[in-house]
Amino acid sequence: MISGTRTGVTTYATPSDREIVVTRVVDAPRRVVFEAFTNPKHVPNWLTGPEGWTMPVCEIDLRPGGTWRYVYRKDDGSEMTMQGSYREVVPPARLVSTESWGPEWPETVNTMVLTEAGGLTTITITVSYPTRAARDAALETGMKDGMDQSFARLDTLMETVV
Amino acid sequence: MRAASDTLSATFSALADPTRRAILSRLAEGAASVKELSAPFEMSGPAVSKHLRVLERAGLVQRGREAQWRPRTLDAAPLKAVAEWAGEFRRFWDASYARLDVYLQQIQAEENPDDQRN
Repeated sequence: MISGTRTGVTTYATPSDREIVVTRVVDAPRRVVFEAFTNPKHVPNWLTGPEGWTMPVCEIDLRPGGTWRYVYRKDDGSEMTMQGSYREVVPPARLVSTESWGPEWPETVNTMVLTEAGGLTTITITVSYPTRAARDAALETGMKDGMDQSFARLDTLMETVV
Repeated sequence: MRAASDTLSATFSALADPTRRAILSRLAEGAASVKELSAPFEMSGPAVSKHLRVLERAGLVQRGREAQWRPRTLDAAPLKAVAEWAGEFRRFWDASYARLDVYLQQIQAEENPDDQRN
C-alpha cells in the first residue's frame, strides 16, 4: 500500500460504510513506533488526546487473547475507560485489537499496520464499527444528513450547552 | 466499583441507545411525564421507565418530586464531557500524534547515543 511520505499530517478516509482509516507518517523506525503503541511505559506519555486529559491507568497484556485497559482522567476529575483485547500481535508490523467504551457502546475492531521506508514509518489504523451510524457518530459526519435525527438534535443541544 | 466512578463511560452507555437519545431530545424541549415520554414510542410505560432509570443513573435526567406527575427534566451537565469525546475522533488523533512525533524523538535520543539505558 502506497501512502504519502509527509510527516506531521494525519489523514482520514472512509473506505467503506463502517470504517475509518487514520494514516500518519512518523520519523522513527517501526520497531520504536510499535513499542510506543504497545508498551505501558510509553503509551500514557502520548496517547491522551486533547489537552487536559491524562491516562492514570494503562494495562497491556500483549498477546493474542490478552486484554488492555486505559483509564482516562480529565482535569475536572471525570473519567472514562477504554478497553478491549488483542486478536493479532505481530511486532513490529501488525496489531489487531478490539476496543469498547462501555458495555452498551459498540465495540470496534482496530487494525494497525506499520510499514517502514527510508527510516520513516507509516502508521495505518483501520477502525471498523459494527454499524455505519456508529462510525458516523464517531467521525461527526452524516448526523446533519438526518441519518439519526435524535442524535443530531442531541448534537445541537450539546453545542448550546458547551 | 469502577463503573460508578466512571461517569463519562456511564454517560456514553446511556447515550448508546437510540430510544434514550430520543428521550433526551424530547426533554431538551421541556419537562415531561413518563406518559408523555412514552407517547412517541411503541413502548409500554415500564419499558420507558427502565430507559429513564439508566438516564437517571448517568445523571442525565432528574426526577421532579413536587408535582404528582413527577416530571422528568434534562440535566445536560454530563453531556459537556461527552461533547469533548463523541465526535472528537479527529481531535483525539491529531493531538495524540502531535505528541507522538515529539515523544518518538525523545525515546530514540535516549536509546541511541551510547546505547546506554537505565
